[in-house]
Amino acid sequence: MNIPEINIYSILPIIVLSVFGIAIMVIEPFLPSRNRATSSPMGWLAFAGTLAAGVAIIPMRNHPGQAYSGLWIVDEFSTFFHVLFIAIAGMTTLLSIDYLRRESINHGEYYALLLFATAGMLVMAGSNELMMIFIGLEILSIGTYVMAGFRRTDLRSNESALKYFLLGSFASAFFLYGVALIFGATGSTNLISISAAMARPDIQSSLVYLSAALLLSALCFKVAVAPFHIWAPDVYEGAPTPITGFMSVGPKAAGFAVLFRLFMTAYPVIEDRWTDVMGVLAALTMILGNVVAVVQPNLKRMLAYSSIAHAGYIAVAFAANSQQGGSAALFYTLAYAAMTLGAFAIVTILSRAKDEKVQLGDYAGLATKRPGLAALLSLFLLSLAGVPGTAGFAGKFFIFRAAVEANMTWLAIIGVLTTVVSFYYYLYVIVQMYMREPGEDFSDARLTPALILVLLIAVSGTLYLGILPGKTLEWTAASALHLSL
Amino acid sequence: MQLDKLILTLVTFTPLLGAIALLLFSRSNLKAVRGFALAVALLTFVLSLHLIAHFDPAQSGFQFVVDVPWIAAAGIDYHMGIDGISVYLILLTTALTPLAILASWSLTDRTKEYFLFMLVLETGMIGVFAALDLFLFYLFWEIVLIPMYFLIGVWGGERRIYAAIKFVLFTMIGGVLMLVAILALYFMHGNATGDFTFSYPAILATLSEKGFALTPQAELLLFIAFFLAFAIKVPLFPFHTWLPDAHVEAPTAGSVLLAGVLLKMGTYGLLRFSLPLFPNMSHLLAPLISVLAIIGIIYGALVAMVQPDLKKLVAYSSVSHLGFIVLGIFSFTVEGIEGAVYQMLSHGVSTGALFLLVGMIYERRHTRMISEFGGLANRMPVYAAVFLIVTLSSIGLPGLNGFVGEFLVLLGTFGVSPGHAAFAATGVILSAVYMLWMFQRVVWGEVTNPHNESLMDINAREKLTLLPLLILIVWMGVYSNHFLRPMDASVTNLLNRVENPQGGDVRTVEKLFR
Repeated sequence: MNIPEINIYSILPIIVLSVFGIAIMVIEPFLPSRNRATSSPMGWLAFAGTLAAGVAIIPMRNHPGQAYSGLWIVDEFSTFFHVLFIAIAGMTTLLSIDYLRRESINHGEYYALLLFATAGMLVMAGSNELMMIFIGLEILSIGTYVMAGFRRTDLRSNESALKYFLLGSFASAFFLYGVALIFGATGSTNLISISAAMARPDIQSSLVYLSAALLLSALCFKVAVAPFHIWAPDVYEGAPTPITGFMSVGPKAAGFAVLFRLFMTAYPVIEDRWTDVMGVLAALTMILGNVVAVVQPNLKRMLAYSSIAHAGYIAVAFAANSQQGGSAALFYTLAYAAMTLGAFAIVTILSRAKDEKVQLGDYAGLATKRPGLAALLSLFLLSLAGVPGTAGFAGKFFIFRAAVEANMTWLAIIGVLTTVVSFYYYLYVIVQMYMREPGEDFSDARLTPALILVLLIAVSGTLYLGILPGKTLEWTAASALHLSL
Repeated sequence: MQLDKLILTLVTFTPLLGAIALLLFSRSNLKAVRGFALAVALLTFVLSLHLIAHFDPAQSGFQFVVDVPWIAAAGIDYHMGIDGISVYLILLTTALTPLAILASWSLTDRTKEYFLFMLVLETGMIGVFAALDLFLFYLFWEIVLIPMYFLIGVWGGERRIYAAIKFVLFTMIGGVLMLVAILALYFMHGNATGDFTFSYPAILATLSEKGFALTPQAELLLFIAFFLAFAIKVPLFPFHTWLPDAHVEAPTAGSVLLAGVLLKMGTYGLLRFSLPLFPNMSHLLAPLISVLAIIGIIYGALVAMVQPDLKKLVAYSSVSHLGFIVLGIFSFTVEGIEGAVYQMLSHGVSTGALFLLVGMIYERRHTRMISEFGGLANRMPVYAAVFLIVTLSSIGLPGLNGFVGEFLVLLGTFGVSPGHAAFAATGVILSAVYMLWMFQRVVWGEVTNPHNESLMDINAREKLTLLPLLILIVWMGVYSNHFLRPMDASVTNLLNRVENPQGGDVRTVEKLFR
């Protein structure tokens, strides 16, 4: 028997994240606990871990191709998501440092879980095999379940975790069932072998369809595409704010990474079917997310519905099933991460212990009290709405371009019209901040170095991707090139 | 010349740079903030004079063109240029903005943000008129909404929030459909020619010469999508309902720029994009659109007549005047189109002045109700004199600016359809009715309301604000050729394109609908 070659470089970022995660767990008990209210050495250690993992991408990228008997693949597509996920993890870590102190839940495990969950996302992005994808999915999910319930004395946080866990388990079961069926039909769980087996004449088409439907449902659950989105608002509202930010960008992008790789690699044979289904789901998601977001009085919940709507936009790019679509989706996940984490950073800064001051009414007159924060939040919201000159617009533009190219003009029309709806609720927050009389006192909202760093990254990302998207678009186009075989 | 390549970019982005520089100013230093904003706007105006000074009227194509790749992977260029039509609209913008800033001199609430938005707005407006890349055009088109949204929503009247959101949503709906149409056009053009580009001149060139023809169905859908965006912006009846709200609630300077420039973005879009890109559909639907324009003319005038609120009256008069512009555009005659462009400028000047005048008495009395005034001539003689000239200009008195445009439009329309011209001409009469009646109630007679006894006449700053507009009113009325001749080449060129559409033929298109 051959011992497969161990290529440590191709999984170096995962190793780095895991080592840092374990280190945090090991070191933390030895630290004096009295400093917890004032300093967060573990938070900064986790941040260092994400930086190191980011550096580790370089050697990984230099070892392209399959590894570990075809379980793992390093290509431009997975490299892109490595960069994205590690960046998200770094920003979330920075966001969490002050939040955890304020909520008096400054425990090291949180950061360890965050790093492990990120490692899970990396596994999802680089796997070329269904069981590996499942393992990544579970690593990510279990970490997120715990983080969602991390404010364990808060009822809503508990509700959030439990809901996410129960429905997430269903999704996992769906996924596994789908894997089992496709294994039954093709005799393999490797994406490339599955794709090859699909071409055989004796393939049982009912198994193929059923497995595709199950896998699609499971992943739609993860990315919160309607009608699998029901869990999202409650979970997002109850989770700690930085984790809400993390969940609305990270696992969503990871889910889409798998959707793209899985369906474009393994299921091109039935692409007519799944693109149609995905088109309908995308339309439904955009309409539902945007329309329901209009009536939300709570900013976190509003952002939850808006995040559902944004999943709908990415789903449009997925349904386009083309290189342009892939490129647009990758671009959008990047743009969406920058603007969403920016918005959540502001919400984190302004909210108080126990998540007070997240009602829209609390933001009344913010522009007179904290003009800088109000201006930044406006920028992020306008970008989410898709105002030209911001990342959100460039992203939507590329997505609708892909849809029109794929002869899905109807989907693009629904997309742009729901964008108009989204303007209403994003602008409504701006109405509160700029056009209403000042209410709450925000003078004690503190800007710490960590938060300033997050805001800097988010603002420069939002503007850079909006004004000069060219270079990034070339990168995402090159990354998406590796998708279809 | 190097400057010729750079000048459009300079004119467009000077206000934006000014706005960014304004961020560095201290909030409390009111004088420095508004002084700086005015200086930036004046500088922009001076720069824009270069455009008209070095404009070559003999050329029909675009001038001062700059074309550099921007997002190469998507075929998007930074492509700007102007012709005999857009050069005036840019000048109108750069001329009205400093006046609007002057008119906001007494503002004290959040001045820094206010002037910042004014300057951003100016960049957006100039960009719309200068962009030659469809993507770039759309970008400026939408950018304009945001500063205007803030201007109305923060510094507006009672129902400002409602008006601001209504303004944004109405305009957005048209705009986003245009975006889809732009994308569809891009792919049709790209698939047919292999050249995936958003460049308007490139698409137009292949549309008229190299055998890239749109199918009638495609042309119809694209036309409707573009038309809807422009018609809402104009606003053409029945898409006008956002306009009175926005005008009434907007601060004076906002109304000046809204009526003076923003509405012209719609008519400019019709001229620049709808007609040349979709000549068959423009011809086919012209009768319908002309009827809507005429309804707008008469309906706007009738509704203006019964308004108790000065600003609402001027707002509805805009609906009426803009109807003339659309009518002229869809007459497909040189007179009609030149008249339309002339009316665009002239309406910007007269209505801009009217809003300034209304703003001046509003600042003094904090009401705009016609019934609250009366006999202002006794207390504010200079004001009354200026008001009279502007009123007459708005009515279209020969010798003043308003006459030229309306006359040319009616002349052009009459040649094509005397009936349309006859109905439209009633709009001229009605405008005399509502404007003079309003003027009589506000300015003539005895002072009946004791609040008006102590009114001060307009001060030096206000005179300075109005003077340039008065000069323009007379200048444009007397020496209309100064303005008309430089557009000749561009308008003829446009008409050539519209009258000789390649590929589809109007009659085959008509068959489609039988």
